[in-house]
Amino acid sequence: MNKVTVEALKEYGFSAVALPEPEREITGVYIGDLLSWVMGRAKSGDAWITIMSNINVLAVASLADTACVIAAEGVEITEDIAKSAVEKGINILSFSGSAYDAAVLLYELL
Amino acid sequence: MSEALKFRFDVDGNDFTSAGKASVQVKKNLRQLGLSPETIRRVSIAMYEGEINMVIHAGGGVAEVTVTEDCVEIFLSDKGPGIKDIDQAMQEGFSTASDNIRSLGFGAGMGLPNMKRYTDYMDIKSTVGVGTDITMRVNI
Ligand SMILES: Nc1ncnc2c1ncn2[C@@H]1O[C@H](COP(=O)(O)OP(=O)(O)OP(=O)(O)O)[C@@H](O)[C@H]1O
Ligand SMILES: [Mg+2]
Repeated sequence: MNKVTVEALKEYGFSAVALPEPEREITGVYIGDLLSWVMGRAKSGDAWITIMSNINVLAVASLADTACVIAAEGVEITEDIAKSAVEKGINILSFSGSAYDAAVLLYELL
Repeated sequence: MSEALKFRFDVDGNDFTSAGKASVQVKKNLRQLGLSPETIRRVSIAMYEGEINMVIHAGGGVAEVTVTEDCVEIFLSDKGPGIKDIDQAMQEGFSTASDNIRSLGFGAGMGLPNMKRYTDYMDIKSTVGVGTDITMRVNI
């Protein structure tokens, strides 16, 4: 298995919104927008693909210990949230395609 | 660690933007104590779900986390509307959350089931019109 860091995603069409921990390794993927499902099912080290972009995403990513949040469909992450993500050590990348497209790319990388 | 360590938090019921603050702080504290990542993850997820429930459903409350030699205990207490049917509330998918709350990503009806899943012990005491007390324990 390849070691894929969050930072490496920048080469594959994902753009960095907040990357306080660029060396964090991605070990899996979880897709979901309902926060309690993500809390219950995402694994530590997963790249979490979602179209949710509000502040609560940060707490969920932090507590579920995901490697990064991938904001699919190009949903906007406000500057406030990006700033707060950096302070909390949470990686966020933006992706213009769908959650499916993002997952296919990650499947090929992992 | 022979003596119990206690952390106490007031959970603000009006502020969605800081919801989860107590859980994030507990995660930091447990990390400093050197607990295993898996224990920390279980405690902080269970606590987060309980904390969010107090914000969304009960207008806030109080959270207490006690660390002893063999477990982490989370106690959540609110003076909200109480839970009429606890068995029903514990079912996956049951939720009374408003559309407004759902648009933020809450309301899947998975919070209480997650709390049960991630802890070794969970007890809910609730009286309609009085409030809800929840005790959870994660063995170390
Ligand atoms: N502290 C509380 N006070 C009053 N009612 C509560 C409390 N906690 C939970 N409930 C009730 O139990 C239901 C189920 O709670 P649960 O946490 O499982 O789901 P949810 O909060 O509705 O959605 P989710 O947690 O998935 O975002 C809630 O919709 C609410 O009616
Ligand atoms: Mg809930």
